Amino acid sequence: MNNDIALTESTFYILLSLYSPCHGYGIMQQTEELSGGRIRLAAGTLYGALNNMCDKGWIIQLPADGSRKKEYRLTERGLAVLRSEVERLRELVKNGDRILEGK
Amino acid sequence: MAEKVTIRKWFWVWEFEKEEEWLNEMAMNGWVLDSVGFAVYHFVRCEPGEYTVRLEMRKYDQAYVDFVESTGAEFIDRMALWIYFRKKTEKGPFDLFSDIDSKISYMDRIGKFLMIVGGMNLIVGLFNTAGHRLGWLNLICATVLMYALGRIHGKKEALMKERQLHE
Repeated sequence: MNNDIALTESTFYILLSLYSPCHGYGIMQQTEELSGGRIRLAAGTLYGALNNMCDKGWIIQLPADGSRKKEYRLTERGLAVLRSEVERLRELVKNGDRILEGK
Repeated sequence: MAEKVTIRKWFWVWEFEKEEEWLNEMAMNGWVLDSVGFAVYHFVRCEPGEYTVRLEMRKYDQAYVDFVESTGAEFIDRMALWIYFRKKTEKGPFDLFSDIDSKISYMDRIGKFLMIVGGMNLIVGLFNTAGHRLGWLNLICATVLMYALGRIHGKKEALMKERQLHE
């Protein structure tokens, strides 16, 4: 895990959606809902991201039962990446507020 | 008694956006893509604007096609390395790439393919020009593919520039 690298919005919301097991289309729906319709993940983008995250060990593919849609879930490592990203974002917001709002 | 129409049309590799635009114009006019051949497109009647059509260069991969279909789209056909999908507009917007990073890696994928095919043509062309008559055809192919590579690289550069400021 590299603390210096910021996650993209797509990566962040995909990981967040996989806090509990979910399949591809479910991730798209959750991301759209969580972001208030601002982020719509496209199928090709999501497919590539899921494969990358599996390779990195941030998520795992759950054993498929027959021809059902493939489900994915966050791993311990993925959870740690997500937590450290939230921490990083908190710092950004804190500094933004401090300087712009004088808080 | 479905109405059908066939149109012969040529697009260069770097014109994939133009091709997609044209296919969507056809769909807006009530003709949706139904199958694809070499420089030939077959359409069937649809309600104007009933479908969104997308195409992508990708080595055919059943798992990928299944994945895209699971999001409400429908696989139409494939031609060489191009895959065609359509989705009913009532099922929501349809795109294959939604962020700059995945668009950049898509340009890389197309570039890699052009490099391999262009390189092979160059080698074959150079060897053939010694003994055979048609070696120059390979050299022409190589030139076109290298030009295509340049165009794709330009598209990638534009995306990279954008990526420097935001995602």
